[in-house]
Amino acid sequence: MLSRVADSLYWMSRYLERAEHTARLVDVELQLWLDESLDAGAGRWRFLQEALQVHLTESGPSIATNPVHVLAFSRTNHSSILSSVAAARENLRHVREQCSSEMWEQLNRLYLDMIKSASDERHAINSHEFFQSVQDGAHLFQGITDATMSHGEGWQYIQLGRYVERTDTLACLIAKHFERFPAPPEQSVESDEYLEWIGLLRGCGAFEAYCKTHTAEIRPLRISEFLLLNPEFPHSVRFAVERVNAALHVIGELTERRAKLPTRIAGRLRAQLSFSQIEEIVAQGAHAYLTSIRSECGRIHAAIHQIYFDYLVESELIA
Amino acid sequence: MHYRLETAYDEMFEAPGVPRAHYEALYKTILGLPPEELRRSQQAADLSFLHEGITFTVYGTKEGTERIFPNDLIPRIIPGSEWAQIEKGLTQRITALNLFLKDIYHDEKILNDGVVPRELVYSCRHFRREMRGLNVPRDTYVSICGTDLIRLPDGHFAVLEDNLRVPSGVSYMLANRKVLKRVFPRMFRDYGVWPVDHYPQTLLATLRSLSPANSSSAQELKTVLLTPGVSNSAYFEHTFLAQQMGIELVEGRDLLVHDNVVYMRTTAGLRRVDIIYRRIDDDFLDPMTFRRDSILGVPGLFNAYRAGNVTLANAIGTGVADDKAIYAYVPEIIRYYLGEDAVLPNVPTFLLSDSVQRSHVLEHLPEMVVKAVGESGGYGMLIGPHSTAAQQDEFRSRILADPRNYIAQPTLALSCAPCLIDGEVESRHIDLRPYILCGEKVSLVPGGLTRVALPKGSLVVNSSQGGGSKDTWVLRELREGEPRRMQTNGTRSGPSPIDGRLAS
Repeated sequence: MLSRVADSLYWMSRYLERAEHTARLVDVELQLWLDESLDAGAGRWRFLQEALQVHLTESGPSIATNPVHVLAFSRTNHSSILSSVAAARENLRHVREQCSSEMWEQLNRLYLDMIKSASDERHAINSHEFFQSVQDGAHLFQGITDATMSHGEGWQYIQLGRYVERTDTLACLIAKHFERFPAPPEQSVESDEYLEWIGLLRGCGAFEAYCKTHTAEIRPLRISEFLLLNPEFPHSVRFAVERVNAALHVIGELTERRAKLPTRIAGRLRAQLSFSQIEEIVAQGAHAYLTSIRSECGRIHAAIHQIYFDYLVESELIA
Repeated sequence: MHYRLETAYDEMFEAPGVPRAHYEALYKTILGLPPEELRRSQQAADLSFLHEGITFTVYGTKEGTERIFPNDLIPRIIPGSEWAQIEKGLTQRITALNLFLKDIYHDEKILNDGVVPRELVYSCRHFRREMRGLNVPRDTYVSICGTDLIRLPDGHFAVLEDNLRVPSGVSYMLANRKVLKRVFPRMFRDYGVWPVDHYPQTLLATLRSLSPANSSSAQELKTVLLTPGVSNSAYFEHTFLAQQMGIELVEGRDLLVHDNVVYMRTTAGLRRVDIIYRRIDDDFLDPMTFRRDSILGVPGLFNAYRAGNVTLANAIGTGVADDKAIYAYVPEIIRYYLGEDAVLPNVPTFLLSDSVQRSHVLEHLPEMVVKAVGESGGYGMLIGPHSTAAQQDEFRSRILADPRNYIAQPTLALSCAPCLIDGEVESRHIDLRPYILCGEKVSLVPGGLTRVALPKGSLVVNSSQGGGSKDTWVLRELREGEPRRMQTNGTRSGPSPIDGRLAS
């Protein structure tokens, strides 16, 4: 597979994951707003901006005056939902002969629908449906991808992109949360803090899954454990890292390259998450723990880039 | 039906209200349909083009503006007997042009014999000195060709221009067919239309037959399609053909040359490339040999080509044979190499480097079509009858400044065919671009791209200038007296609703 193609598939998948993640968080936020006291709501958009790592230019609209626009439709925000979907589509457009026609059509449709929504922004912002449709569109794309594309090397890069992005965004969101609530209590909490923990669960799409495992008792320590270490839930950090690891193994076999570097980092990260206990993590500082996960994730990304996408030609010619 | 017969040949009508035999069934079907239904089918077809991303990029507008290539639902029908003549003529033409290219890059017999003026060849912008003495596989310079034909008022086809460099449009031929099969399934079958769907396979076989002198030891020659990239107007076509042929779509930056061998950069390391179907113009192929500022090409590609380590299709330097001034000599070229008269005539052409012809043209500029010799895509053209005095003056001074760069032709009435314009059937001018493949043998898929000049009265069919296209049906020949299996009454054979997508 061409390096450029692999690169595009990987980034396409990352951008789409980012769009889905942002859409979910904004959606949850808008609903949370309804339940919260006004004081608590004030700082929240800035928190979300940081949790989503949104970097804004001075000249563009600010998060304070027009938060939903900035996160959903702003073109100056390169990780707004619209920018992310556009970037995902552009990446796929560069390699559309590599995916199935159905995949391209779905992503193209999602993009065209977004453009349409953007033209009637006021309406879209006020409707839960818009944010839902972005998430549905992304899920549909994933389903179509799994059902219509060969699960070969290209498909593996799509997996890799999705789960690298997921590891990073989840770790960032949870880390931000721990900044505000550094010591999650074992017992259930009440009032505003209760809402914050539910918000975190919903932001990870994990509310129902958590309740199934631990009942509706909102115990922050259990929530932390669930989101970090649960091996079965697709939006837990551990689950995402497992998938990164699996994709890297298959790619290593398919390309017959001993991808020592990325597999080693990913393998170590995986082992760390498999054998950690939440009490330990919290005792040693959950925020620092998540920061180290994010930096390892960054190293995996750099290693993939260096080995598969942008290697030195000279070293290949000698070999 | 608002349909007015013009002086041009009409594809559907012999006389007002009297359709030609091969159009009769279609005519009756369309007459029987409410405009609303036709409009709906058209909208569904347009939407499917948009959703599939069957678009082209318009240059000179906002960067990366994607538009759908307008598709017209009423097919253009060509009887089998007429097609046989076209096929014969185009085969003859491509054979002669390949011999001509070999000759001018080797022995120059035709120049020495004074059949084609030497300075006309050397002064051609697309003549490539670098190709002198270089042998290409099978002596096939042009392996993919799209020739533009028009039908003159007397009903005969004539060649308007040859496209021997990187002709495009074949993907629209295939896309149009896919739509029409959905809209008129029954009529399609009953009519006995030759399929065109095998084009990608034939193209692949053609490319594979051109193995380079030194190839990789791999059992299967590595064949790739080289595209300028996503901002090229024909990018959709590049992705489409690569996908249909199952070959890699590469950009210049995916390839590199080491020790005169071409490699592509894959996730598993470097892989050798043997055959390149290139959709990049000569100028941009290799910054070390041609345009230095090209960032689309591959440094060192020409040397690898010269060393016989890679095949380029089409070969470099084929543009000299589709230069519009050389075009005027093609009937002579055919006679010279094959000893035959051209089956398909040229249209009359004035060479403006000739002083007598030039003064004649300048006196009659309002009646002429003037074209720049090396341009294509409808750029750099003056249509006399539709031009302003200012435009004529501009071309007059351009011609006088560089007469070799222009040719003139009388304004020809392109034939007309019925088209669906906003739910109504109206007459529009059309041409025909069949695609010719030349590898082990010459082959044509029966059909081609019928391009439509959509603005009323317009004679310019190029997509960049507001043209559209329609499906082209070549009919299987019937034996004497055998009726077409058409139901003209009873069960309806009209459009069936199509949904928003076409991909199969």
